Amino acid sequence: MQLTGYRRENGRVGIRNHVVVLPVDDISNAAAEGVARLIPGALAIPHPYGRLQFGEDLELHFRTLIGTGANPNVASAIIIGIEPNWTERMVEGIRASGKPVEGFSIERFGDLETIRTAARVAQRFVQDASELKREPIELGDIWLSIKCGESDTTTGLASCPTVARVVDQVVDAGGTVLFGETSELTGGEHLIAERCESDELRTRFQKTYDAYVSMIVSKGVDPFGSQPTQGNIRGGLSTIEEKALGNIAKTGTKPVVDVLGPAEAPRVPGLNFMDTSSAAAECITLMAAAGAVIHLFPTGQGNIVGHPIEAVIKLTGNPITAKTMSEHIDLDVSGLLRREMTLSEAGDRLMEVTGRTVNGRLTCAEALGHREFVLTKLYPSA
Amino acid sequence: MHKFLVHNNGDDVGVASEDIRRGEEVTGVYMDTEEIITLVARGDIRLAHKIAVNDIPAGGEVTEYGVRIGLAKQAIAAGDFVHVHNIRSARWSFDT
Repeated sequence: MQLTGYRRENGRVGIRNHVVVLPVDDISNAAAEGVARLIPGALAIPHPYGRLQFGEDLELHFRTLIGTGANPNVASAIIIGIEPNWTERMVEGIRASGKPVEGFSIERFGDLETIRTAARVAQRFVQDASELKREPIELGDIWLSIKCGESDTTTGLASCPTVARVVDQVVDAGGTVLFGETSELTGGEHLIAERCESDELRTRFQKTYDAYVSMIVSKGVDPFGSQPTQGNIRGGLSTIEEKALGNIAKTGTKPVVDVLGPAEAPRVPGLNFMDTSSAAAECITLMAAAGAVIHLFPTGQGNIVGHPIEAVIKLTGNPITAKTMSEHIDLDVSGLLRREMTLSEAGDRLMEVTGRTVNGRLTCAEALGHREFVLTKLYPSA
Repeated sequence: MHKFLVHNNGDDVGVASEDIRRGEEVTGVYMDTEEIITLVARGDIRLAHKIAVNDIPAGGEVTEYGVRIGLAKQAIAAGDFVHVHNIRSARWSFDT
């Protein structure tokens, strides 16, 4: 299948062509949504943070929002913040990608005047974006992210090994793949450590893993019921180790080439580990901010997550989920459980769905309007 | 027709690929070697839940994917339903 995409100013390749209206902070959501109401085709991405954050938490906030605006699935971006200084910081960050971006701040204008001026620019951005053309691209141009959710034992048996087939192909083609879910490696973290390309990287991976798990342990409560989740347990997963081994099954067989901080853009192609929460929307939001354009999401019991700008493909090996939640499932691989389908066939089918999605077919999550955008907050604001 | 799948030959548990009833004689497949195993189920086991394929002593390690997934809280016999009532994490064991 010939793949097509939008080649952006910085050489990166997008598979969608969104014009986004990104608020810097919580109190600018209303203006951002006001612009999107006036200009159909502009997509507001509201969120609950951005005030009085400081230090590492503030840096992550900016990295996530700037990364989202700079993602190659975005043609151009309107930034709206309450005051001009941090608004400009976001504009400058996104401008480095080379795409059109303009910022507006609300103080000394109010919502209505801000919406009026921003909507004029949004209109122009939407019209300009409509003229951008898809071009032929290679599989290796794709930045793919992977994360599973509401896993059960079928995830490790069927949907995760299916994803592994595509992950290996993308890496072989020179593409970039992101996986994360730090705490959800527990019990199988040695398998990831063994795959790190160098001793230095292995040390960094272990340090990152240990820090996350220490944070959990320091709270002094058993995370059972949260990690593994109630849905995981209902679906037959009994321990974090069992969940982790299913999760790791989707990472394929390639070496781990780098360890990234949350929302940090990959520096080298290949299979990259990112330090993330295992909560679906938080994790995908960080990976999209790092530049991932398409996500493969294996689910067991039926996590229905999507993202405003990154296309999320869902697959399940659980026949009950495939039947009862079919509107959320892009690919049913439950035939693997009945052994009516081989892993190689399942991988080929996922590759085909991935290709069609790259070329513009909407995923279930996109068609249903799932636009979960959840910022990771490291600690309370000042 | 198989009713459960085992990741690796040597694992202690398999996963039900269909609902299994107590007392039923069921066939499973080791996915790495394609070998067949037959057991009598000692409990009702729903689709995606686990069946023991080996006897496991109380406190013993439970293996799946060829890797330890936890410890037996009590003695488990081949054919038993295996879940949170009789195994626990060996890593996040806050209650011990």
